[in-house]
Amino acid sequence: MERRSVILQTIMFYLFAALTVASGVMVVSARNPVHSVLFLILAFINSAGLFLLMGAEFLAMILVIVYVGAVAVLFLFVVMMLDIDFAELRSGFLRYLPIGALIGFILFAELVLVFGSWAIAPSYATVAAAPLPQGATMTNTRALGDLLYTRYIFAFQAAGVILLVAMIGAIVLTLRHRVGTRRQSISEQLARTRAQSVAVVKAPLGSGAMPTIGRAGD
Amino acid sequence: MVVSLAHYLTVAAILFTLGIFGIFLNRKNVIIIMMSIELMLLAVNINFVAFSVVLHDLVGQVFAMFVLTVAAAEAAIGLAILVVYFRNRGTIEVEDIRIMRG
Repeated sequence: MERRSVILQTIMFYLFAALTVASGVMVVSARNPVHSVLFLILAFINSAGLFLLMGAEFLAMILVIVYVGAVAVLFLFVVMMLDIDFAELRSGFLRYLPIGALIGFILFAELVLVFGSWAIAPSYATVAAAPLPQGATMTNTRALGDLLYTRYIFAFQAAGVILLVAMIGAIVLTLRHRVGTRRQSISEQLARTRAQSVAVVKAPLGSGAMPTIGRAGD
Repeated sequence: MVVSLAHYLTVAAILFTLGIFGIFLNRKNVIIIMMSIELMLLAVNINFVAFSVVLHDLVGQVFAMFVLTVAAAEAAIGLAILVVYFRNRGTIEVEDIRIMRG
């Protein structure tokens, strides 16, 4: 029974890992940016599966909600909203392939060298800042919440402020007033005085009252 | 064969390299460059969570959450700047972005 669950876990790991990496490849090499975004969503969902395998359930769900539900959809909106000639943007794709492959290979080799040479300090269990709950004493979500709302409350608040600033910034950046449209401006309406809008006209006999305020043309 | 820390680190390393590779490959398209950055942040998050689980320390997961927050904020601001830039210039080619050059 135990062995079967280990085998299942291994199979699931390789499934999720292979799909994540394959969608990552497609994100950077897809011809159509809409396909890129959809593969990005696939990559996020599969890495959420990896998180689940590791036992970080809360982060897995947050990944699906935040990345797939918000960030990827934001990307999708922007890709579809902007009328861009993507074929023209892809010119030079093959020209940059060798240098990109070279730098990617160098970086990967460096990462492999780093991973091959480090070791965890033997005393790591004693220096853990917040031990992971063992067994079924507490769910991952609850443990994370206990930590986040006590020891990391200020960092949590700062993260909230960052999100608020990002939201306000995005709104301020993209808000615009079109010239042709009619809008109601309450402050302008309230600031109107009598002198601006009403005038007493002494009309000469027989010629009618000519408007003196806001007279157009003439 | 049981799945170990090295497996997760390898996946994260491949993803991170793919992100770098994507930036080089799509040098003209800002949208793909931002998606590559998201991929790199995802790789970093996988590393955080893997180490957090192996070392039995929850702080890694807390930090991964903050990384996620910053990634969301970055995507929102970056895309907003992109939309404004496209409105003003009618293109998003990276090579054209040199208005501030003296």
